[in-house]
Amino acid sequence: MVDDAAHELDRDEVAKVAGLAMLELTDEELDTFTPQLGAILAHAQDMENLDLADVAPTHHPYPLVNVMRPDVVAEDAGGPELRDAVLAAAPDVEDNRFKVPPALGGD
Amino acid sequence: MTNKSATKTESQELLPEGWEMVIGLEIHVELATATKLFSPAQNSFGSEPNQNVHPVCLGLPGTLPVVNEKAIEFAARIGLALNCTVQKCVFARKNYFYPDMPKDYQISQFDEPLNIDGWVDLPVAGTRIRVERAHVEEDTGKTTHVGDSGRIHDAGYSLVDYNRAGVPLVEIVTHPDIRGPEEAKEYVDEVRAMVVAVGASDGKMEEGSLRVDANVSVRPAGSDELRTRCEIKNVNSLRSIGRAITYEAKRHVNLYESGKEPIQETRHWDEEAGRTRDGRKKEDSDDYRYFADPDLVAIDPTPEWIAQIAASQPALPAQRREALVSAGADSEGAALVVQRDLDSLVLAVIEAGGEAKRVLNHATNNLAIEGAEALSPSNFADLVKMEADGALTSTQAKQVLAEMVSDGSTPADIAAKHGFEAMDTGELEATLDEIISSSPQEWERFVNEPEARGKLQGFFVGQVMKATRGQADGKLVNQLLAKKANS
Repeated sequence: MVDDAAHELDRDEVAKVAGLAMLELTDEELDTFTPQLGAILAHAQDMENLDLADVAPTHHPYPLVNVMRPDVVAEDAGGPELRDAVLAAAPDVEDNRFKVPPALGGD
Repeated sequence: MTNKSATKTESQELLPEGWEMVIGLEIHVELATATKLFSPAQNSFGSEPNQNVHPVCLGLPGTLPVVNEKAIEFAARIGLALNCTVQKCVFARKNYFYPDMPKDYQISQFDEPLNIDGWVDLPVAGTRIRVERAHVEEDTGKTTHVGDSGRIHDAGYSLVDYNRAGVPLVEIVTHPDIRGPEEAKEYVDEVRAMVVAVGASDGKMEEGSLRVDANVSVRPAGSDELRTRCEIKNVNSLRSIGRAITYEAKRHVNLYESGKEPIQETRHWDEEAGRTRDGRKKEDSDDYRYFADPDLVAIDPTPEWIAQIAASQPALPAQRREALVSAGADSEGAALVVQRDLDSLVLAVIEAGGEAKRVLNHATNNLAIEGAEALSPSNFADLVKMEADGALTSTQAKQVLAEMVSDGSTPADIAAKHGFEAMDTGELEATLDEIISSSPQEWERFVNEPEARGKLQGFFVGQVMKATRGQADGKLVNQLLAKKANS
């Protein structure tokens, strides 16, 4: 998930990531954000210099595991009333479904 | 791991000389939980659109996912059935923009999945398919494309139903160990039988409970290189899995043989046209920008919990086939009986005194009937005994068995109703003698012309059956004919 150390972020990578996040950045914005994001990543790379061999990976600040719920349908889940309320908040609806611009790809 | 026999492998037979197929499969299995993976909304197929929703699976602001414990149990049962190691795992966000997920990300598992490093042994092909991982993730909503042609590229707009969004899935990923379409089908069939056996899914391909994507590439036969692969989606039946794989592998060979190369992409199987079509270019996994979901903590199954799940696993298809073989079944018959879910009945009938060979014969040939599994083992055993004692012919036994399934009566009652009674040998012999004396020429030839005997045997048996309205035992008639001809 994380690139190896000592890699300097460049403008093209920022443009690509912005595209994946569906953000349109102008050339000026790319010039501004590339060094800013680079500085943040450089800070994260400082960690690479530490000896962390004995430290377990931390995904979460809480020392919790196995937080689960029983497999029971909630009383307020589903049904026509909730459906109608949710659809009423949508910009466009057809046949009780959300109507959206044509979606390409996916399955 | 590979087909090492001297004969040509399945894929070498289907492809031009010198090529072989390299196939990996991803099977998505929808889990048979009451609720979704992270949301307490109902998980059921066929509801009215957007009826099975809840703020969590609609991705409304301020909602938080909580893991369904039953989904984790089912996923671990699948992992254990696949001989995987069940381990501590983390949920990760897979980020993409597509209206089938209202959150704009799908919660899946990435570098720390629940189940890793398993395998499936295929009973017929005799090969072992390695399972890389079987991870837990949420299903997406269903988009329907509305446009002039109904094809997505021309769609005017899309309609989205979130009933399926958030339904728990296990995605089972193999190593590229599969070498042909028949092997692929057998693998899918075996995995389907496993997930059904452990109660984790209904395994219905026609309802989308089990969906298959195939990663297909080709290489020079016998080499161990891995070439560019294409991922084939939309293969919704066992038959289309085989067809899609064969089509795609041939397409790759044609490209290579004309000096071109396939490009890595996702392709869609068009069942009607019998071909694959190019879809989107495959994203790198980097493009999904996976990261650990901060809303969820790790699942860390304790060794005690895993042991408890393992101890309460129902018998798996391989174990069930083995039990039948130990009781006297041949391996082909055993596979069919387990597939029809008749193995516990068959074992109970054998236990109740039914002759194994006859019981298996009925189960494989005469019991592809709805409701057969509800037959009373002792009635079934009685039927087999009546047949073995000569009280019923095999044709009569088949008819009686079918009626036992439909109305639950005892074989004796059904046989009596139809007047199927044991003809004693003396009575049968008298009937046969009458027929012989009224057909002297045929009998003369039967006795003296060995080459005509087969045909005339059919004639005499037919005459006897006619005279007895089908109640005679054909085998006994043949024995009597042979005895009389030789005396």
